[in-house]
Amino acid sequence: MANEKPRSLTTGRPDNAAQAQAQAQAQAQAPGLGPVEQAGALPAHDSLWRVFVSQYLSSKLAVFGLVVLVIFVALAVLAPWIAPQNPYDIATLDIMDSKMEPGSTNMDGSLTYWLGTDGQARDILSAILYGLRISMFVGLASVTAAFLIGAAAGLISAYFGGRIEAVIMRIVDIQLSFPSILVALVLLSILGKGVDKVIYALIAVQWAYFARAARGAAIVERNREYVEAARCMALSWRRILWRHIFPNCVPPLMVIATIDLAHAIALEATLSFLGVGVPVTQPSLGMLIANGFEFLLSGSYWITFFPGLALAIVVIAINLVGDHLRDILNPRNEV
Amino acid sequence: MLSAIVRRALQTLVVVLVMSALVFAGLYVIGDPVSMLASPEATDAERAAISRSLGLDLPLWQQYGLFLYKAAHLDFGRSFLTGESAMHLILERMPATLELATLAMLLSVVVGVPLGIYAGLKPASPVSRGIMTGSLLGFSLPNFWVGLMFIMLFAVMLGWLPAGGRGPVEQFGPIALSAFSWEGLRNLILPACTIATAKCALIIRVTRAATRECLPQDYIKFARAKGLRERRVLGVHLLKNIMIPIVTIGGLEYGQVFAFAVVTETIFSWPGMGKLLIDSIITLDRPVVVAYLMLTVVFLATLNLLVDIAYTVLDPRVRLEAA
Repeated sequence: MANEKPRSLTTGRPDNAAQAQAQAQAQAQAPGLGPVEQAGALPAHDSLWRVFVSQYLSSKLAVFGLVVLVIFVALAVLAPWIAPQNPYDIATLDIMDSKMEPGSTNMDGSLTYWLGTDGQARDILSAILYGLRISMFVGLASVTAAFLIGAAAGLISAYFGGRIEAVIMRIVDIQLSFPSILVALVLLSILGKGVDKVIYALIAVQWAYFARAARGAAIVERNREYVEAARCMALSWRRILWRHIFPNCVPPLMVIATIDLAHAIALEATLSFLGVGVPVTQPSLGMLIANGFEFLLSGSYWITFFPGLALAIVVIAINLVGDHLRDILNPRNEV
Repeated sequence: MLSAIVRRALQTLVVVLVMSALVFAGLYVIGDPVSMLASPEATDAERAAISRSLGLDLPLWQQYGLFLYKAAHLDFGRSFLTGESAMHLILERMPATLELATLAMLLSVVVGVPLGIYAGLKPASPVSRGIMTGSLLGFSLPNFWVGLMFIMLFAVMLGWLPAGGRGPVEQFGPIALSAFSWEGLRNLILPACTIATAKCALIIRVTRAATRECLPQDYIKFARAKGLRERRVLGVHLLKNIMIPIVTIGGLEYGQVFAFAVVTETIFSWPGMGKLLIDSIITLDRPVVVAYLMLTVVFLATLNLLVDIAYTVLDPRVRLEAA
């Protein structure tokens, strides 16, 4: 085992770190059945779900993370209806109100800037709500696409093996040996700015994680009796992969998807902060943080701090959920 | 053994070649350098002259061949902005990044390994839980955010440390370092800690996992049964064996810090290679971007190779042959 590349990347750790870790873990694989397999032995589909829910509820921290996450998703979705101001409607901005401290009100007292205003008199709270929308959209869209592309590549390489597998996994290896931020930077420097382009870059960065995990899971499933049975029924390979093997590979992929969502949101924020991500007209949280950066040194901390706080809360909440999901869904986790 | 290393080195060479083709192809698509260099009123003839002087009128494959030939001679052309040799610009910035990366990695190993061992020895204690939660945070929070918080706290609110820049440097031949003067070190601390936060979290996790795996082994039990002092059991028998994953991760991460430094350097205006890359990407300074990417590719690929070789030296059970 120790002398070949680790077969599956079941943790969502970035890049190479996971390789050696997976290697370390592989040696320490716990004997016996993991929680998923135990759960799988239960008869009804309904109870499988119930087992999962009760296992999830066992960690207060994870439940807390999920609640926070749901609240933030709701805030992002409802932003246009609950934000006190439309921060991109120039008509509602009054330049007199720029760089107001948190809690101050505007001239006629009709609007309170709970989190202050930025250099263009935008209400920070509203800007955060709108920014959250963009950040979450970019994260969800890129992870969903990377999930599908990566899973397809991983399943195909596990099912067919041989040269197809060698080529796909070689690409994955090479890509994962370069830091994701660097790959994304280079891609964006070629593609240019834009929400869609950031999403493409993030997909390109992330698909490899899913491909590796999907292959690892599918290699195990490939040799099970039900796949053999499906083959004996002369089902097409597409049907076997998609309807038989794929559903059984979903749990480890879900773990990666969750942690990758946090990773994607953080990466998008980083890229936008560096000025190669989303355009000025569609500011995500990272963009807001970058805009406030110049004011940070002069003491107007709130312009950067609150968007940063929102970003941190979202990323941490997702990670709490993902960390616990890994404990439940991944039989090969660290103890 | 030797043939395995040679084969592995050849693989690395192929990776470098493939990446060089990708970098070349990718940057060929990026903006038009002629329109950057020529004044808006330039005539077509002037544009053609500029295009010819940059070799842009040649067929693509010839441009690539020329690019490889020059790259092998470390010649990536001159910066469109300053007219200086791109390679020279990067080499000039390299000590700053190296210094930052080295200090950051040192910090994260010195802090991370003991914490990781502790968390591995007493997994149930509240302190260990605290360490693990902390590492989850350090792991998941975006690096630039951590840097911002450091600036806000230590530079703006407390005023203890400078918010950016490199401070005074001392010359050691052609190499300028700031770690050897008090003022320079003050400038170095915040960016180094920013990088170390993320890396330390990783080292903690790796060390903990390795420790937990190592403890139930017979040689540890035997060492204890022999009546060795706990310090010797941990310091020699345990540490030697958990070094394998730590060295692997540490080596690979050291390379990654070069790329992570892009973000940290930008926040702290640290005049290293990463800041140069971002500035060059934004100003479409193609030669500098290409030179940086090629250097990074060669560097990371070599590092991967070295780590693989080091692995076999550290762990005699690992053999490269089957790889």
